[in-house]
Amino acid sequence: MTELDPGLLGEQIAESGQLSEPDGGHEIGRARRRKEDQRLLTGHTRWTDNLQQPGMLYVMFMRSPMAHARITRVDVSGARDLPGVVAAFSGRDFAEEQGSLPCAWPVSEDIVIPDHPPMAVSEVRYVGEAVACVIATDRYRAADALEAIEVDYEPLPAVMDMREALTPGSPKVHEAGNKAFSVKITSGDVEAALRDAPVLIDRTYVQQRLIPSAMEPRAVLASTDGDTFTLWSSTQIPHVLRVMLAVTTGIPEHRLRVIAPDVGGGFGSKLQVTAEEVLCLLLTRRLGVPVKWTESRSEGNLTVHHGRDQIQHLTLAAEADGRIRGLRVELLADMGAYLMLVTPGVPMLGASMFNGIYKMEAYEFGCTGVFTTKMPTDAYRGAGRPEATFAIERIIDELAAELGMDPIEVRRRNWIRHDEFPYTTVSGLTYDSGDYEAATERALALFGYDKLRAEQADRRDRGDPVQLGIGVSTYTEMCGLAPSRMLGMANYGAGGWEHGSVRMLPTGKVEVITGTSPHGQGHVTAWSQIVADSLGVPFDDVTVLHGDTAIAHKGMDTYGSRSLVVGGMAVLQACEKVKVKARKLAAHLLECSPDDLEFDGGAFKVRGTGAAKTIQELAFAAFTAHDLPEGVEARLDSDATYDPDNYSFPHGTHLCAMEVDTETGQVRIRSYVAVDDVGKVINPLIVRGQVHGGIAQGIAQALFEEAVHDADGNLLTTTMADYLLPSAADLPDFTTDRTETPSTGNPLGVKGVGEAGTIASTPAVVNAVVDALRPYGIHDVRMPCTPERIWRALEGARS
Amino acid sequence: MPRIAITVDGIHYEEDVEPRLLLVHLLRERLGRTGTPVGCDTSNCGACTVMLDGKSVKSCSVLAVQADGCDVVTIQGLGANGAMHPMQRAFHEEHALQCGFCTPGMVMAAIDLLRDDPDPSEETIRQGLEGNLCRCTGYCNIVRAVRRGAQEMGQAVRTP
Ligand code: FES
Ligand code: FES
Repeated sequence: MTELDPGLLGEQIAESGQLSEPDGGHEIGRARRRKEDQRLLTGHTRWTDNLQQPGMLYVMFMRSPMAHARITRVDVSGARDLPGVVAAFSGRDFAEEQGSLPCAWPVSEDIVIPDHPPMAVSEVRYVGEAVACVIATDRYRAADALEAIEVDYEPLPAVMDMREALTPGSPKVHEAGNKAFSVKITSGDVEAALRDAPVLIDRTYVQQRLIPSAMEPRAVLASTDGDTFTLWSSTQIPHVLRVMLAVTTGIPEHRLRVIAPDVGGGFGSKLQVTAEEVLCLLLTRRLGVPVKWTESRSEGNLTVHHGRDQIQHLTLAAEADGRIRGLRVELLADMGAYLMLVTPGVPMLGASMFNGIYKMEAYEFGCTGVFTTKMPTDAYRGAGRPEATFAIERIIDELAAELGMDPIEVRRRNWIRHDEFPYTTVSGLTYDSGDYEAATERALALFGYDKLRAEQADRRDRGDPVQLGIGVSTYTEMCGLAPSRMLGMANYGAGGWEHGSVRMLPTGKVEVITGTSPHGQGHVTAWSQIVADSLGVPFDDVTVLHGDTAIAHKGMDTYGSRSLVVGGMAVLQACEKVKVKARKLAAHLLECSPDDLEFDGGAFKVRGTGAAKTIQELAFAAFTAHDLPEGVEARLDSDATYDPDNYSFPHGTHLCAMEVDTETGQVRIRSYVAVDDVGKVINPLIVRGQVHGGIAQGIAQALFEEAVHDADGNLLTTTMADYLLPSAADLPDFTTDRTETPSTGNPLGVKGVGEAGTIASTPAVVNAVVDALRPYGIHDVRMPCTPERIWRALEGARS
Repeated sequence: MPRIAITVDGIHYEEDVEPRLLLVHLLRERLGRTGTPVGCDTSNCGACTVMLDGKSVKSCSVLAVQADGCDVVTIQGLGANGAMHPMQRAFHEEHALQCGFCTPGMVMAAIDLLRDDPDPSEETIRQGLEGNLCRCTGYCNIVRAVRRGAQEMGQAVRTP
């Protein structure tokens, strides 16, 4: 069992409000208020759309109203003639130079990666695809000019349903057909496990298509001085973007600078190389003036990549006592019309996670990626892992129901015990550490599980129209997307290391540079805490620079809960190198051997004497360089890249109590308890915030959100009035707590927390809805579980 | 083009504006008040909320000409003498922001909500902020911050 210190961790309970700060001067573990806040709270922001350049023009795109059509004519001349319009172009005008938007994750040998022109030239394959653009002196003039562009289309059949798309007679999205790839992974003898299994459960779950909906719409500003190019973009990945844009546009990498200024959320949706980024660069190259494009929300709903969209067929075999024998997973994953940066990789990130926290002998995963005439899908918070976790956590509840067993008990019988770590799962991953028992016990206690079960039984007996459901989710996730070796084995087109550097300034202040690219996660604060502890400098003396390829010259950016696990570690290692240099200098100045020095409280002290040099004094001595020993250069600055050997595996137990009105289908979350184990924590305040936001997004998938198309391929949910993001009034308060099992994969012991809440909460909520409805013979409700769907399920069951 | 007179964060402006120009674009693109962002085009998100003659409005749903003769306060004009408003401080203390994009509108809406109820319950706060969307925080800490901000503002009123 993990040592549970209720004194320290108990204060994490949401209701109790204030977080205490452990004394002792250690920064790691302190609930530091964020350095980022002041600026953001007073409106001193640098959103890309805030930025202006002298002579800057505004770009707007004409977008296809058809899901699938041949473009027979584009006439932009009417737009060109309007006042304030500087230029207008069709896809044909850029056909020779625009290249193809990249896909960096060819997951299989048989994968089909169709050409993906940033602006369509001859055929459109989803509603919203850019077909022409105007460049004008202000956004109102640009909008007027769009009206004057004429485009003729010859309609082609829309391909909207994955199953139909794979039938032989289906219309094709691309010449090569509608299958993008297929993959099969087998471990153990699944056939044998399923054959004559005492319990066999067969279920199909639908992961609806989601729209990530970061609050800041995308924006791009591009400028050139004729020689070099600068691109500001609302992106999570300035470094990856720079490489990809160089390759796509032919602008040499060393003459291209990419800046991610303030970025208003991403959740994976800004992990992309977009048509608009490529085209703004090409437009500034062609016109020689700065150009800016900012999407409207309805444009964004159409053209920011979508998330999820899978049909999951699971077959689970178990013994009569509930022990799992094996699992077969067959996925259909909707790619949309093209493969974007990591589109095909998303379902593959779930490939090794359908077995969850459970032990079994046999596992088979098959996945077919399917083209449809819809916006491409790609990474959205959790990317592949929420889908996998949902499916296994749902079907485990079904197993419990089938056996008449408590869902916690079924999990206990199957999960990896705390003394079995490190544990290599049936799908071949080695989980570093964990204590599912401890997290679950804590969650049950906070939730008042037994009492709620008693109330549930009572309501069932009484035939109360408002039934109570209890949903369980015991998740783990694969985090810290890094190990370059493993990413290579998965055929991912890049490494997963991260870079950090530390500059010791003459005045003793510290500038830290990180290759991660925060957009709300609080890296500036958390990295300052790591550096303050490592170098013994005050927290306030540290600043963190990021998100500009000219400053943070190396990096792999922010996604996959990797920033702390990989980037925080790189910063820590850079600090260690600073100390190695500083020790040599200190020994020289103090006229002793380096071995006689101990580093304590920010100073090198000669053991047994009072003599000491602080790190700040040493930074100044290096700067003046008046008295440096042989082989020591005039700076303590250091940098490091870090690349761990393994992923990290946070886990936790989430419990949801749901009231379901069986007359109206209305649901109300009565209480929600989350106990997460994300390893060591640098800043509990930030961790709690990440968990809250994650839970909200997972609940949103369970209850509210869905991208809906009509049969012709029109998106019906283009605005925030139709695509229902939950507001404060739609969500309850969450009770959160932690257990702490340090990761064994890195010296900080950290695991990552960005995606945990989202991965865990969706199945907890749907399990709660279904649990409430079980007495009516209902064993599934499709997401989002709207009152209408619940009501219909009840009507169906009653008749 | 109509000419309007408008005060923004204490500065008086006279501007010639197209009748269709939105207040939020006047603020952001002509007057340099970029602290107020735009998150949607259907008046759903609340990111653009400012005070217009003391009441919160979504500045994307007001035409600049409609603000003729009005006094506008944006997030950039909220603090006094370089100090943050108690509500801004409460957001900081309670970690009620992550990316910060919804924050200016959220703070404005929160202050406005206290005009009707200076000591709101959790339920009142949640209902009162229904028109302001946040994708990062899950709202728990925003609710806490509004409670705390309300208490501090109440105290400021009581101690002259
Ligand atoms: S920008 Fe005004 S409500 Fe969204
Ligand atoms: S803090 Fe990011 S949208 Fe609210």
